[in-house]
Amino acid sequence: MSKVMTMKEAIGRFVRDGDLLVMEGFTHLIPFAAGHEIIRQRKKDLTIARLTPDLIYDQLIAAGCARKMIFSWAGNPGVGPLHAFRRAVEKGSPRPLEIEEYTHFGMVLRFMAGASNLPFLPTRNYPGTDLTAVNPNFKMIRSPYADEELWCVPALRPDVTVVHAQRADADGNTQVWGLYGVQKEAAFASSRVIVTVEEVVESSVIRSDPNRTIIPGMIVSAVVREPFGAHPSFVQGAYDRDNDFYVEWDGISREEAGLKSYLDEWVFGLPDRAAYIKRMGPRPEALKADRQMCAPVNYGF
Amino acid sequence: MPEYTTSELMVSRAAKELKNGDVVFVGIGVPSLAVNLAYRMHAPGLCMIYESGAVGCVPTRLPISIGDPCLVTGSLAVVPMLDVFNLYLQNGKIDVGFLGGAQVDRFGNINSTVIGDYRKPKVRLPGSGGACEIAALAKRVVITIANSKRTLPEKVDFVTSPGYLRGGRQREALGLKGGPELVITDMGVYRFDPETREMVLVSIHPGITLQQIKENTGWEVKVAPALPETTLPTPEEIRIIREELDPQGIFLRSRAG
Repeated sequence: MSKVMTMKEAIGRFVRDGDLLVMEGFTHLIPFAAGHEIIRQRKKDLTIARLTPDLIYDQLIAAGCARKMIFSWAGNPGVGPLHAFRRAVEKGSPRPLEIEEYTHFGMVLRFMAGASNLPFLPTRNYPGTDLTAVNPNFKMIRSPYADEELWCVPALRPDVTVVHAQRADADGNTQVWGLYGVQKEAAFASSRVIVTVEEVVESSVIRSDPNRTIIPGMIVSAVVREPFGAHPSFVQGAYDRDNDFYVEWDGISREEAGLKSYLDEWVFGLPDRAAYIKRMGPRPEALKADRQMCAPVNYGF
Repeated sequence: MPEYTTSELMVSRAAKELKNGDVVFVGIGVPSLAVNLAYRMHAPGLCMIYESGAVGCVPTRLPISIGDPCLVTGSLAVVPMLDVFNLYLQNGKIDVGFLGGAQVDRFGNINSTVIGDYRKPKVRLPGSGGACEIAALAKRVVITIANSKRTLPEKVDFVTSPGYLRGGRQREALGLKGGPELVITDMGVYRFDPETREMVLVSIHPGITLQQIKENTGWEVKVAPALPETTLPTPEEIRIIREELDPQGIFLRSRAG
């Protein structure tokens, strides 16, 4: 049965107020179009979790959608701070933001524990850091096999995870190439999964190259066809990262008023991603990826 | 000798710390430039790993972020982040990690979390990212940071990434191997005393005086018995940095000597 639906319907049906929401993608494949629809539908009291909150969570925070953030690195990569995040933490503006802080390794292990139906996972990391003193979720256990102690992080079980990818079939069998980040683990840890893709393809395309499937349709609730849905982030083989926009964001978000007018113009003022692309003018075309095809492989037997 | 900037000197000095065959966990900015310089000069067998999951990268342009698509194209492998941290880093396959931060203290502990109190921060910084695990689990760590009383305090406000903690055998006692090996600032280069694990100034950049360093460090800095000038970048290194690695001056904007 086809799970293909519009972004409006997918976010409306599967993202609920108060949810623990994850929109993963490590620099690559960040689901910005889905984030904008969540803001447009004025979802509220969300707990938002991501390794790198990036601009997408800065926008959710500024729009007042988030109550709490779980993260490991909150900055604008290669540019500077996330201003909305800093205003919320340093000044409680526009509303206070509760934070729960880990490291990248810790967040990855939290997703993996959740995805493996385990209560926690141990690591050799964390001796000596002050992070374990400010976050009581770090706990130490004694190994049952040897005379050693290990720090643990608890499972993270999101209510809903949104993943952007190159392609999926109508049932949600999803293929990614380029940087994987932690999307597979986040999706398997989650109760509901929304997949947004550059292209919806026939199942025969997926089956022609099964090694590339990272998320199986069995865990997917909705499939949304959303070309250019990761901009200003990138999609390997489709379009480059819009590094200029990441730099521009520093100016846009520096003051609360500037950020508000951005949201008014580019999120609330537009019905959907198609309108966003149109408004971008020639930029999407300039970011288009060049062609570097891989050598074909033989799946025969 | 062509004119060089302090940043270029730091890049060149950091590159010299890398050996051919090293597996290096690369960050953006000075670390990325240093690793790419070493790769083009004396370490063609060096393997670059970015925490985004790209292994054996051969970037054909300057990566702006650690997840730049140019790190994927032509790389040896792209792996999930779970593999990066479990199979490569925790499993002891990373020789060198590069780290920076807002503060580094006399025992090489790094703060990239908050200035001031954690609950009521004066400045909220980005946080650990992968820095804490790199500091804990890489075999060697190289730190780059500005040399000032603010950035080199006696004790960091928050230990994001452990160095030698309060010195001596404290790090080993907690089960951690490795540790910071070298700190490169805009004024000099420091190593760590094998017993006390305190930073010791081992070379000084041309044009900088010992007095300047003392005035710009948050504790009474120890100095090695012999204090040579830091080795200058060669003309070829400067050419590679300017023409090949950062032709637009994105990370090394100031060209003033």
